[in-house]
Amino acid sequence: MRHQFELETAKTPEALKRIVIEPVSRVEGHGKVTILLDDNNQVHQVRLHIVEFRGFEKFIEGRPYWEVPVLVQRLCGICPVSHHLAASKAMDMIVNGGILTPTAEKIRRLMHYGQMLQSHALHFFHLSSPDLLFGFDSDVAKRNIVGVAAANPDVAKMGVLLRKFGQEVIRVTSGKRVHGTGSVPGGVNKSLTAEERDYLLKDSDQMIAWSRDAVRIIKGLHRSNPALYDAFGAVPSTMMSLVDDKGALDFYHGALRARDKDGEVIFDQVSYQGYNTLLTEGVKSWSYMKFPYITTLGEEKGWYKVGPLARIQNCDSIPTPQAEEERVEFVAHGGAKPMHGSLGFHWARMIEMLCAAETIKDLLLDPDIMGADLMAEGPRRGEGIGVIEAPRGTLFHHYRVDDNDLVTYANLIVSTTNNNTAMNVAVRDVAKNYLQGHEITEGLLNHIEVAIRCFDPCLSCATHALGKMPLEVTLVDATGAEIDRMTKDSEGRIGK
Amino acid sequence: MNAPLPKRKLKVATTSLAGCFGCHMSFLDIDERILDLVELVEFDRSPITDIKHCSPDCDLGIIEGGVCNAENVHVLHEFRKNCKILIAMGACAINGGLPAQRNSLDIRDILAAVYAQPGRGVHIPNDPEIPLLLNEVHPLHEVVKIDYFLPGCPPSGDAIWKFLTDLLAGRTPTLGHGLIHYD
Repeated sequence: MRHQFELETAKTPEALKRIVIEPVSRVEGHGKVTILLDDNNQVHQVRLHIVEFRGFEKFIEGRPYWEVPVLVQRLCGICPVSHHLAASKAMDMIVNGGILTPTAEKIRRLMHYGQMLQSHALHFFHLSSPDLLFGFDSDVAKRNIVGVAAANPDVAKMGVLLRKFGQEVIRVTSGKRVHGTGSVPGGVNKSLTAEERDYLLKDSDQMIAWSRDAVRIIKGLHRSNPALYDAFGAVPSTMMSLVDDKGALDFYHGALRARDKDGEVIFDQVSYQGYNTLLTEGVKSWSYMKFPYITTLGEEKGWYKVGPLARIQNCDSIPTPQAEEERVEFVAHGGAKPMHGSLGFHWARMIEMLCAAETIKDLLLDPDIMGADLMAEGPRRGEGIGVIEAPRGTLFHHYRVDDNDLVTYANLIVSTTNNNTAMNVAVRDVAKNYLQGHEITEGLLNHIEVAIRCFDPCLSCATHALGKMPLEVTLVDATGAEIDRMTKDSEGRIGK
Repeated sequence: MNAPLPKRKLKVATTSLAGCFGCHMSFLDIDERILDLVELVEFDRSPITDIKHCSPDCDLGIIEGGVCNAENVHVLHEFRKNCKILIAMGACAINGGLPAQRNSLDIRDILAAVYAQPGRGVHIPNDPEIPLLLNEVHPLHEVVKIDYFLPGCPPSGDAIWKFLTDLLAGRTPTLGHGLIHYD
C-alpha cells in the first residue's frame, strides 16, 4: 500500500516548476492548489491550501448564548441551517439539558432536510454536473450551469426547481431562505400553518420524482464508464457518520459510527459528547484548515471521510423506501467492499437528496408540525455540545456559557475540515494518475478540481472554523527537519 | 420582464471575498429567472464558472464579502480594473459584516489562541502560499471606489433581481419598501 502522505512534500522544492490553480472554482469558499513538477513533468508535490482565516470561535466569546445560533450560521451561506441547528442543539443542552417538544424537533428536521435537498441539488446540478455531462476537459466557456441549461434545459431546470423547493422549505420554517431565525435554544419560534403545509405539500411528489431522476442520471453515468467512475480519486479510508440507535441513516441526530476501508466497524454508537477525545486536529504550515484524525489510530492511519459516501456506506438502512431501494443498489455496485472512488460521492449524494425529498413529505403529513408547543423547559447547564449531519458531513459545535449568559468558550469542527486529509490524498492520487509526465493543460488541471468537487467542500465554512482542540503539530522543512513557526502581521512585524 | 434586449450580452463577473457565500446563494434564489438572466448577461469570472481572472471588458462586477487578507485586496483591485461598474453586495462588502467582529481583537492574539497547544508552543500556518492576514477586516469602499451598494445579510433573491433588471434596462436601480433589508 502506498504511503498515505506521498506527494505532500517535495524533497527539493526549490528546483521545481510551480503550477497554481487559483481560485478553485465551482466550490463554495476559497481554496487553491499548488503543484510542483520537474522538467519531465513528474509530479513531486500537490497541496490543497485553505487560504482564509476568520476567527469566529474567538469573537463569539462574550456574546449572549441566545445570539449564537443566528450568529454562527454566518459561517456559511450554503448550509447555514446546519450551523443554525448544531448551535441550537448545543444551546438546548445549556437551557434545558437537550429536551425538545415533538413539534420543535419535527420543525427543525423539516428545516434540515430542506437544506439537505437544496444543498445537494445546488452541488450536483449547478456546480458539478458540467464536468460529468460534458467531460472533465471540455470547453471552459461551456463548463457551467449556463452551458448545462443550453445543452440539457430539462436537467438544468430540474436542478433549479429542486433547489428552489428546498429553499422554500427553509423559508417557511425559518422565515428566510438564507440566515433565517426559526430555531432557538430550547425549541423553535414558529410551527407551520395549514396553508404553509399545503403550499409545500403540493410540490412534494414532484420533488421525489425529480430526485429519483437525479439518482438515475448519476447511476447511468457510473454504469456507462465504471473504469472511470469507480477508480477516479479512489482513496481507501476510514468513514465516519452519525447513525440512529438502530444503525439507520439520520441527518439530524444520532451517535457516531466509523468503519475502516474494508467496511469493518471500528466503533459504533459512540456519543458525540466525547468528540474532543475521539478526534485530534493536526496542523500543517501550508493551510489554515486543520487536519483531524481519530486519536487512537494516529495521524497516519486515523484520517477519515465524512459526508454522503461515508453515510450511505456506514448506515445499515435508510428509513424512506425509495432511497433505501437505491442504497441497496449502490452497495451492490461495490460488491463485497466499500466504494472509495471519489465520484461515488455524487451518486451517494443523490440518494440522500431522494431520502430528503421523501422525508420532507412524511414530515409535512405529520400533524405535529402544526403544533403549538414550541419550547421545552429543563435544568440549566454551563456547557453544551451539538452535532448534526450537515450536507458535507458530521459537524460539531461546542460552547461554554457563564452565569451571566455570556459565551466563554466556543469550538467548532466543520464537515469540510473532517475531509481535509481525504481531499488532499484524493487530489494527489488524481495528479499521479492524470498529470504525471504530460504537458499540463487547463483540462488536465480541471481533473484536480473535479476530485475536490466530489467532496462538495464548503471552504467558506472551513475557513471560519478555528478550533481550540489539542493540536499535534509537526512542521518539517523539505529535508524533514522540524522547524519553528513565526508570525508576521500585515505590516511585516515578526512575532512568535 | 420589461427590459429591452441589449445589443450584446453584458459581461458580469462575481466573487466572494471575506463572506460566507450567502449572497451568491441569494443570487441563485432568483430561481428559474436565472434562465431569463442568461439571455441578457454572460458570466465571466465567478464561482460558478471556471474563468479564474476577469476579462478586461467586464460590464458589472458584483462582490460579496469584505477584505480580510492580501489576496482579497488583489482580487478587489482586479475587479475594479476590469469592471466598469462595481457593486458591493451584502453586509460584509458594505461594512465588513460579521467577520469584522474580529477588528476589536489583535489578530496575533487570535492566531496564537487558535494554533496554540499547551506545552507545545504556538505553530501558526505561515507558508508563502497562504495570504497574509490584514489586522482588520475592511469594507470594499475603503479600498476601491464602489458604484452601488446592495444591502442585506443577504439581500433577497427578489432584491437582487430588481436591482439587476433595473440596471440592465438602463434605469437607476431602486429598491422600494419590502426589498431593502439589513438583516
